[in-house]
Amino acid sequence: MFGRVLSGDYPRSPILTGALLLILFVLAFAPFLFTGAQPLNVAAKICVFILLVASYDLLLGYTGIVSFAHTMFFGIGGYGAAIALSRLGPSWAALALGIVAAIAVAGTLALLIGLFSLRVRAIFFAMITLAVATAFLVLASQLSGFTGGEDGLNYTVPELLRPSFRLFAEPIFGTIVNGRIVTYYIVFFIALAGFLLLLRVVNSPFGSVLQAIRENEFRAEALGYPVVVYRSFASVVSAVMAALAGILLALWLRYTGPDTTLSFAIMIDVLLMVVIGGMGTLYGAVIGATLMTIAESYLPAIMGSLGKVGAGIPFLSTLLSADRWLLWLGILFILSVYFFPTGIVGKLRAHWQNKRHGTAQRQDSSTPGDSGNTRPSN
Amino acid sequence: MNATLPVLETQDLTIRFGGHVAVNKVTCAFLPGTLTAIVGPNGAGKTTYFNLISGQLAASAGQVLVRGKDVTRLPASARTRRGLGRAFQLTNLFPNLTVFENIRLAVQARASAGLSLLTLWTDRRDLMHVAGIILDRVRLADKHETIAGALPHGDQRKLEIALLIALEPDVFMFDEPTAGMSMDEVPNVLEIIGELKRDAAKTILLVEHKMDVVRSLAGRIIVLHNGMLVADGPPAEVMASAIVREAYLGQELDDA
Repeated sequence: MFGRVLSGDYPRSPILTGALLLILFVLAFAPFLFTGAQPLNVAAKICVFILLVASYDLLLGYTGIVSFAHTMFFGIGGYGAAIALSRLGPSWAALALGIVAAIAVAGTLALLIGLFSLRVRAIFFAMITLAVATAFLVLASQLSGFTGGEDGLNYTVPELLRPSFRLFAEPIFGTIVNGRIVTYYIVFFIALAGFLLLLRVVNSPFGSVLQAIRENEFRAEALGYPVVVYRSFASVVSAVMAALAGILLALWLRYTGPDTTLSFAIMIDVLLMVVIGGMGTLYGAVIGATLMTIAESYLPAIMGSLGKVGAGIPFLSTLLSADRWLLWLGILFILSVYFFPTGIVGKLRAHWQNKRHGTAQRQDSSTPGDSGNTRPSN
Repeated sequence: MNATLPVLETQDLTIRFGGHVAVNKVTCAFLPGTLTAIVGPNGAGKTTYFNLISGQLAASAGQVLVRGKDVTRLPASARTRRGLGRAFQLTNLFPNLTVFENIRLAVQARASAGLSLLTLWTDRRDLMHVAGIILDRVRLADKHETIAGALPHGDQRKLEIALLIALEPDVFMFDEPTAGMSMDEVPNVLEIIGELKRDAAKTILLVEHKMDVVRSLAGRIIVLHNGMLVADGPPAEVMASAIVREAYLGQELDDA
């Protein structure tokens, strides 16, 4: 039963299993485990990013497609919900309309970009997505009558999701179950369902074909798989899931703007999360999104307190100042890529496999872009 | 039913790379139930001819017909779905997938199951079963969990053949299937090709350098030289012809 939920794709490492269960437990009970707004914000952000990063890994890790337009689809989801709620008022019907429109736009756009540009070499495709995403970002900031421009959109969510709403009169485990907590659980369960759905897709016959295309697109074509069609389908699935993540973020923040959904800083975050967690395994998305989100949320604070400790020492205090947290994040990233080229999940799996068999293990990573030239040397 | 209609034809098939004509107006038809060996010196255009038929290269002129239908403009994947199956000279696998996953990909291509997103492949017992049979047939069953890229060369060649068999094509195109194999592995491969040959509905095209292999399997030989078809006929006749001796076969025939 449990195996079916995971689509037969087990973590294959006891440490990884433990980490995933811990993340699942903390996210599932976050409203009751922590007090204050920030921990719940971080937990909700982790849920959204797990779905976003997993959907990106379907492209990058499984199919070997490098796209820079992923935050565009994330933004389409966010703006879809935001525009519908701000124009039509805070009703469920408006939200539903926004969701349907966002998913339709994201899917169609992904299909068009895919069919027109996935014929070209990987590097050119990456450039095309960069151009389209930039155009979209400019458009979103310029059409201020529609999108709120640089300021973004503030809106009211349906009553059930507002902080003032009380689901139960009495507190549960000492926590008042208000609309924020209801919203959190909507985010949590939809992200969980989306993740499990993606896990199923990568373990389906379709998922095998995507990996075959990543490994050797020339041979996949020769076996009778039209590579462009499969790549385009993968883009559509990925884009729809990214839009879904954007909708969840829009519901959680009650605000959508270029900086929360469309910016290239988020695109880079997503890339880092995939690479740190491990490409070509969806569990990598969970690990990468969790670690990075926690680091981004708490590093500045930790740095701040460290900075106070080193206040007397001239050079150290500069290094440890709260503004330098990005520097330290960068160093962490370089170190993790250097020591774990297959990501944390790849490393953990290899470690466990060596321990059990002591044999050569599967290389779970592959460099996207050279997928067409991967030939074993004779 | 008309068994004498060719399943595959090429008409004036030509490809030019700049000024070099690699395949030059090759016209040839292949009947069901036949095994044709394509021979010629290195650089004669044999593999290029294969690439034109199976769609890896686009022809500069001429046509490829499958059962009389023009497929010259179709991509490789569409030709495969019309029954042209191809194994490659340089081993061309999915190196980071297991042996079983490699075969399963070919089986599911044949079953057109690639676009099912929500079934688990482990639930497709029918496909798993077929893949298992093919695994046994090429004698790789004990290595089904091995990563294809980690197989020894001979086993990679067997897997290459397994992928072709799994496609169940009407036309099997083997490009030097025994190249680089050790002597004790060659009979195994010949046995597999021999089995396919017994099926009267199948057409086999074989590029091969080893003349003893050609003689033991082929009912017909065509000879390519500088991209042109210079001889076509039963093995004894072709090997006896002066033009073939001059172009290519001299040495092997002296040995025989």
